[in-house]
Amino acid sequence: MNFQLNGQSHQTVAGTTIGSLLAELQLQPERVVLELNQVILNANEYREQQLKEGDKLEIIQFVGGG
Amino acid sequence: MISILVNESSLKIEQTTRLSQLQTQHKPDADLLIVNGFPAKPDYQLCQGDQVVMIKRGEIPSAEQLEALMMARHTPGVHALISKSCVGIAGAGGLGSNIAIALARVGIGKLIIADFDLVEPSNLNRQQYFIDQIGQPKVAALKENLQRINPYVEIETFMGRIDPQNLRQIFAGVDVMVEAFDAPDQKAMLTAAHLQQAAECPLVAASGMAGYESSNSITTQKNRNNFYLIGDQQNAAQPGQGLMAPRVSIAAGHQANAVLRLLLGEEPA
Repeated sequence: MNFQLNGQSHQTVAGTTIGSLLAELQLQPERVVLELNQVILNANEYREQQLKEGDKLEIIQFVGGG
Repeated sequence: MISILVNESSLKIEQTTRLSQLQTQHKPDADLLIVNGFPAKPDYQLCQGDQVVMIKRGEIPSAEQLEALMMARHTPGVHALISKSCVGIAGAGGLGSNIAIALARVGIGKLIIADFDLVEPSNLNRQQYFIDQIGQPKVAALKENLQRINPYVEIETFMGRIDPQNLRQIFAGVDVMVEAFDAPDQKAMLTAAHLQQAAECPLVAASGMAGYESSNSITTQKNRNNFYLIGDQQNAAQPGQGLMAPRVSIAAGHQANAVLRLLLGEEPA
């Protein structure tokens, strides 16, 4: 299955969830903001959501410190 | 007649006027007389273009006088825009305290500052608090420090946790919003909630400013419409790589300047 990740084509197995994708990318869901098909999501609340063919996903990642 | 500046306001005077005469007419109680940056004697004869500052030690200028000084420094148009703007700052730690001070110094109209924390000894390595403020709520200590810099900035504080439910209420009416948290999950929470609830209001956030890597790796980037991200995007605060005053204040400086540029209609990135 193909989808767009941060503007680049990305391949993954059907049924991949946001949670499993973030785990694959070694990102912690509570530290990222997602934009899925132009809708901003709190990643932590959408771990179970499955990605679909053609989805456009942007990931904004935060590191600690301030 | 010659033109001079007296406490930043222009004035026309007779060509033979001496400093002592000017003092008698304009500021009889002054005990410091400065001409063109240097202390001057009362019998100094004023020249065209001289910049005269007359000060009474310990006297706090009125709102009007400070306004005139700010206008002279920032040009009237810029000052007019800044002084009627309201900026929200979420977090009063290393970023938030530095950002608030920069914005108070430029004469921002109003700041809304939110934080749940108290000043701890470990904060003093980078946050704009003083050793005698340990144990005070950060929002109270910061308000006190800001009022010592510019008592005419309106400051609203909220002591408590910010969440998606109270965000809009706490920061009602802000022209620009600033994310200045320390914890990455709080940064993500605020950013998601703001972009969902107030997409029309610009947000300036920060990620990556720990340690003592090059200053030049900290940048201001436009991430998407109305969302600017400052930092090196990499260097997290972690054991062996602490948060230190220089890079935290560089990131805070980027954030404050991004706010200023947004208020003045310029693209920050």
